[in-house]
Amino acid sequence: MKPIDSLFNEEVKVINLGIPAFRDDLDEQGVEVVHVDWSPPAGGNKKMQSLLNQLKG
Amino acid sequence: MEVITKIKQDTYYDSVTLMLVSSEIEKMEAVEEAMIGMGTDYNIESLQRLDMFGTEHEDATPNDLILTVKAADAKAGEKAIETAEEKLKEKSQSSGGVSAYNPPTQERAADMLPGANMVLISVPGEHAAKEAHEALDNDRHVMLFSDNVSLDEELELKEKAVKKGLLMMGPDCGTSIINGVPLAFANAVRGGNIGLVAASGTGLQETTSIIHQLGGGISQAIGVGGRDLSAQIEGRMTLLAARALDRDDNTDVITLISKPPDETILAPLLKELNSLSKPVVIYFIGADQAKIEAEGFTAAGDLENAAVQSCRLAGVDAADSLINQAEIEQKAAKIQLSGPYLRGLYSGGTLCDEAQRILHDRLDEIYSNTPVEGCHELEDLYQSKAHTIIDLGEDEFTQGRAHPMIDPTLRKERIVQEMQDPEVGIILLDVVLGYGAHPDMAGALVEAIEEGKSAADSPPLVAASICGTDQDPQNYEQQKNTLEEAGVYVFPSNVSMVKFAYQLFETT
Repeated sequence: MKPIDSLFNEEVKVINLGIPAFRDDLDEQGVEVVHVDWSPPAGGNKKMQSLLNQLKG
Repeated sequence: MEVITKIKQDTYYDSVTLMLVSSEIEKMEAVEEAMIGMGTDYNIESLQRLDMFGTEHEDATPNDLILTVKAADAKAGEKAIETAEEKLKEKSQSSGGVSAYNPPTQERAADMLPGANMVLISVPGEHAAKEAHEALDNDRHVMLFSDNVSLDEELELKEKAVKKGLLMMGPDCGTSIINGVPLAFANAVRGGNIGLVAASGTGLQETTSIIHQLGGGISQAIGVGGRDLSAQIEGRMTLLAARALDRDDNTDVITLISKPPDETILAPLLKELNSLSKPVVIYFIGADQAKIEAEGFTAAGDLENAAVQSCRLAGVDAADSLINQAEIEQKAAKIQLSGPYLRGLYSGGTLCDEAQRILHDRLDEIYSNTPVEGCHELEDLYQSKAHTIIDLGEDEFTQGRAHPMIDPTLRKERIVQEMQDPEVGIILLDVVLGYGAHPDMAGALVEAIEEGKSAADSPPLVAASICGTDQDPQNYEQQKNTLEEAGVYVFPSNVSMVKFAYQLFETT
């Protein structure tokens, strides 16, 4: 069974990255959700990000 | 005027929160301009343009929070910054009941939530694809709300998702309902046997809401992002979703909503859809219905009709429309418009598009920032001309501010402006309810309508369509009453409102 087929028969559990209001809406409906306290990687420094990405390869 | 600045290093807030706070601070007395945002290139350029840039901004990075206010005096500026900090704190606090600890990465979040199967991503576009790849690599479905993701990145993500049998909804996907759970901007609708796939967020909201109003229900509503049926993406997610709905025991009817597919993919797409075993309703906005019918599909003429046709195939005894033509004519009878022109101020792109398509054979010249065939490009976005129908959710209006479904400020200003124009006879508005949307849009718009009325000698008629259901968090009836008490003509769908306007121009 493909993951999309099983999804339709599973409980939706959400990881939310970005707008916190989306987490609040899901939480209000009793949906299991974890909000990521996201911030730009490497302090927004593009050169540092590119080095980090190379390391993660 | 004094410019006061505070910079908080390594402090991140999402753009919607920041734009809402900026907008609130600008409303404070003695404040002329406010820039509450991250130190991105765009924000730095805006500060320079607004003559608010100072030496303290020189070292700011996109990870630093900038609070800069131009105010009557230093005291007012400092007060505004203090207020902004309080509001940011308030908005970032959880609504209660939510885990107090928010992990810093997707990986850590997954540890905290075993079995997490969906990742909802609304981070800035340049970082979005990386997070989406991480989700797919870990066998999680993705809803990518972020825009500014390139076509190449979209193709790469969707190829990966298809290979793994995962949903990759987006980028720029505003609406989905999976297993009854509304994600991002979506309405609370009844469960049922109609499965939808859509490359249009408001199109999906309007159709699912009308299906609910007609007595039908939704199995799944899958947003695929506006570019899925382009030549490059070749409908990859549309097909994956449609095939999955075909296999889904809870779905009896499959409904597709999109701009017309690119010519190069139309034939193979229809061939694939023809291989499905369940009835398929297609609304390719503005496309030739006869051609779609000739291929063996049920073709819809507008969003409301897509809902009606879907309901009928799903076994719901639905009328031809939510309001019949006789009722519309009766409502329009005896109304004399105070001015010759119509102004449509939309927050939903597909609804704006639909209004133009219905009205352009009735009204001579329609101008828009998103003109459909037969309508004209509006040169000055902030000054309407003849009949004007605009989408305030388009990029040119949302640079540096939140979408008009969340922040009504710009639309309110425009309502006041249009109401004072003696040439305007009618204003059309959409009020989109549901999760993600403003908690009291009707109340906010009515404030502007009242202000406009008191300033105009003979104010125009105002009509509004509500996209929503009785299960939405805003309270549909209350929103409707708020509008009606202010003298607004309220309609349960965009199509019925636009047909009413059509009728008014037929009789005047």
